Amino acid sequence: MVHRIDPDTNRFKEIVRGKIKHNLKKYISHGELLGRQGDNVVSIPLPQIELPRFRYGQQQTGGVGQGEGEEGSALQPGPGQGQGAGDAAGEHVLEVEVTLEELAEILGEELELPRIEPRGERAVDSSTDKYTGIHKSGPESLRHFKRTFKEALKRQIMAGLYNPERPVIVPVREDRRYRSWKQKSVPESNAVIIYMMDVSGSMGTEQKEIVRIESFWIDTWLKAQYRQIETRYIIHDSAAREVDQHTFFHVRESGGTRISSAYQLTKEIVEKDYDLTRWNIYPFHFSDGDNWGGEDTALCMNLLRGFLLPSSNMFCYGQVKSAYGSGQFIKDLMDSFADCDNLILSEINNRDEIYRSIKTFLGKGK
Amino acid sequence: MTEHLTQDLLEMRDGVRQHARDFGLDFFEVSFELLDYDQLNMVAAYGGFPTRYPHWKFGMEFEELQKTYSYGLSKIYELVINNDPCYAYLMKCNNLVDQKLVMAHVYAHSDFFKNNYWFSCTNRKMMDEIANHAVRIRRYIERHGQREVEEFIDCCLSLENLIDAHSPYSQSQRKKPEEEKQAEKDLLQPTRLKAKSYMESFINPPGFMEEERQRIQQRLEEMRKFPETPQRDILLFLMENAQLERWQRDVLSIIREESYYFAPQGMTKIMNEGWASYWHSKIMTEKSCTTEEIIDYADHHSATMATQPGALNPYKLGIELFRDIEDRWNKGKFGSEWEDCDDAARKYSWDKQLGGGRQKIFEVRKIYNDVTFIDEFLTPEFAEKQKLFAYTYNKQTQEYVIETRDFTAVKERLLFSLANFGQPYIYVDDGNYKNRGELYLIHRNDGFSLRPDHMRDTMENLFKVWQRPVHLETVMEKRRKVLTFNGSKHEERIVK
Repeated sequence: MVHRIDPDTNRFKEIVRGKIKHNLKKYISHGELLGRQGDNVVSIPLPQIELPRFRYGQQQTGGVGQGEGEEGSALQPGPGQGQGAGDAAGEHVLEVEVTLEELAEILGEELELPRIEPRGERAVDSSTDKYTGIHKSGPESLRHFKRTFKEALKRQIMAGLYNPERPVIVPVREDRRYRSWKQKSVPESNAVIIYMMDVSGSMGTEQKEIVRIESFWIDTWLKAQYRQIETRYIIHDSAAREVDQHTFFHVRESGGTRISSAYQLTKEIVEKDYDLTRWNIYPFHFSDGDNWGGEDTALCMNLLRGFLLPSSNMFCYGQVKSAYGSGQFIKDLMDSFADCDNLILSEINNRDEIYRSIKTFLGKGK
Repeated sequence: MTEHLTQDLLEMRDGVRQHARDFGLDFFEVSFELLDYDQLNMVAAYGGFPTRYPHWKFGMEFEELQKTYSYGLSKIYELVINNDPCYAYLMKCNNLVDQKLVMAHVYAHSDFFKNNYWFSCTNRKMMDEIANHAVRIRRYIERHGQREVEEFIDCCLSLENLIDAHSPYSQSQRKKPEEEKQAEKDLLQPTRLKAKSYMESFINPPGFMEEERQRIQQRLEEMRKFPETPQRDILLFLMENAQLERWQRDVLSIIREESYYFAPQGMTKIMNEGWASYWHSKIMTEKSCTTEEIIDYADHHSATMATQPGALNPYKLGIELFRDIEDRWNKGKFGSEWEDCDDAARKYSWDKQLGGGRQKIFEVRKIYNDVTFIDEFLTPEFAEKQKLFAYTYNKQTQEYVIETRDFTAVKERLLFSLANFGQPYIYVDDGNYKNRGELYLIHRNDGFSLRPDHMRDTMENLFKVWQRPVHLETVMEKRRKVLTFNGSKHEERIVK
């Protein structure tokens, strides 16, 4: 349905996407609504533009609240916007459960991500039962009450047994209707995400946090796209090893960096566990772009060209900025694979760029 | 797009209206309309007016409302417009008891709009006026292009709060006292050299005297401050004195007019919501609610009154204060005898059975606004009972913490957040600073400094309107500073 407000909404969206009015870009805050997913609080992006004004910061002036609590104890959560001049709209706030599917949908909407098309011949069939039809016989547990009573009503009216003053309807055996099902085959595709992270000395806590946030969103999105998704985690410094999720995000190692070790391990895992005709493969590699030396980089290029790129749906490389890294690796990749369209590169300088980076990675719909 | 009430809603409305009348509420007639949720969100995004000028900020509001509604985070129940007749919108999918509650709530709002002094200067035909504004702005967009007009509106909106919300209520500009006028006249007389009458025309030649008089007058004109007294209505000052195109002046006047229209709603948020909640609760619990509706009503009412630690709920604070006032005036808990009494037990059971509570709250709703309401009626007992506290931001732990429950501090903090809507007081001190047509503003110091990033950008917007350098005198990092934007860069200097 078309609303009068649509042009205004579109205009606002265009500003947020940076298509028009770049002077307002700096006022955009990527605020969030808090939803809840199981025990975790998750956020729904809600971009807002705050026009500049002569105003005080709330952190400075503080405010007045109501409720329990000792002096000196913290408020949970942070105070809201306070009240401003405006319409007298009465609202009240509810808490909400958001499922991961919904989240992925929201994410897709916000980032304008295309739905991912699985590679054609890799689709496998699986079958499910769908309740679509009605039968005259069936198990009692599948009896369709509404249809049954409808039949009974029809029969009673036809037989002249129906009295609108005293509407009593008694179904007999012939009236009974049952749900029936059909077997449907649905194409199903499988995907595996292989996360690789550089944990050499130069990757700090902040860098790991960026990787964590980004991989959570990527995971959410891909899970919504594929029925069955597997995730594998690889960490590497000068040698690579496979770890579980917890270790992946919490480990702190130090040492040199040999990226080829991770690529080699990925190749081994894929060859061993994932039949290329059945699986969609998504390797993601995060690093600060500091590699041991030119020789190892050359080895990486060979692995990519020879195996990883041809067998993956897309290969994503995200380079997190760190104070110590040289950031050379992304440049090497750019030089070697300028024309390759399933290698996706993204530089992430700080948290605010995660949003853009996810869009780079997932925006192509491979 | 709207639908009128269905038959059963009409009957319900007549019932609620009669109860409201019986309680003594005196309201503008209310025109109810039924909307589905995205229509309601749209009207709410436009500030309650179905026709508003086009601007992206309304689209932004709409997006937010749509999202919070569709993800179940919040829901608008009611929307009411200060207009004669009042317009009120009901959400179509609400159940009947909710509609009844909202109607009762709306009639009390309408009574408040009609009778509260602070609404007395608002345009009661704002529905039409705002539609006219939209037509004018659309016309400018057709003529000058969307980008140009929108950019100017952005500019004006960034200055929107620079009005003097109290100015509509002061009748006359200050008149100059007689002596001052006489002194000015004396100054205008050129010095006359002493001369005998027959020498007069030679020693003080009339031509020269006339020239001299004009010279003095010119100098006086130059000396005269402009504006003569510091002016808080900066938008008006810009409208009257900035070098603007005619359409720009008109856009500025539209933004200003709407800003003044909405100001009383900001000034009386606590009272207005408190008053409406007081009456919906009275009407529902004593008259309208049927037995089977009472649970749903109670559920809904309590959700509206719920408080969150960080934010003050104006509905809750308002209704409790009105009830407290009614109770105090019923029992005679006021005046010097009450205040001088130190005996807690006696105070607790104090009841002179005066019964003037109802009359008192009607009086309160007539003449008070939030600031005077809180200042006059917030008592230590009330603050304690309602568990009010003042919070502050702790930089080390990066969170808001409860600072104190001390009554004086809490009240002071609350009044600060209400006075001028918690916004800084800024005046035009000089519109011809250094005799170079530059704008000199002063921020009245109240112990806090302005947000620097916003301040700079706002000054740039002021420059766009004023088209000459803009200065702002303010206190930053505990020093008095003058900040200047001259069109290309920002400068600051410290003043003694």
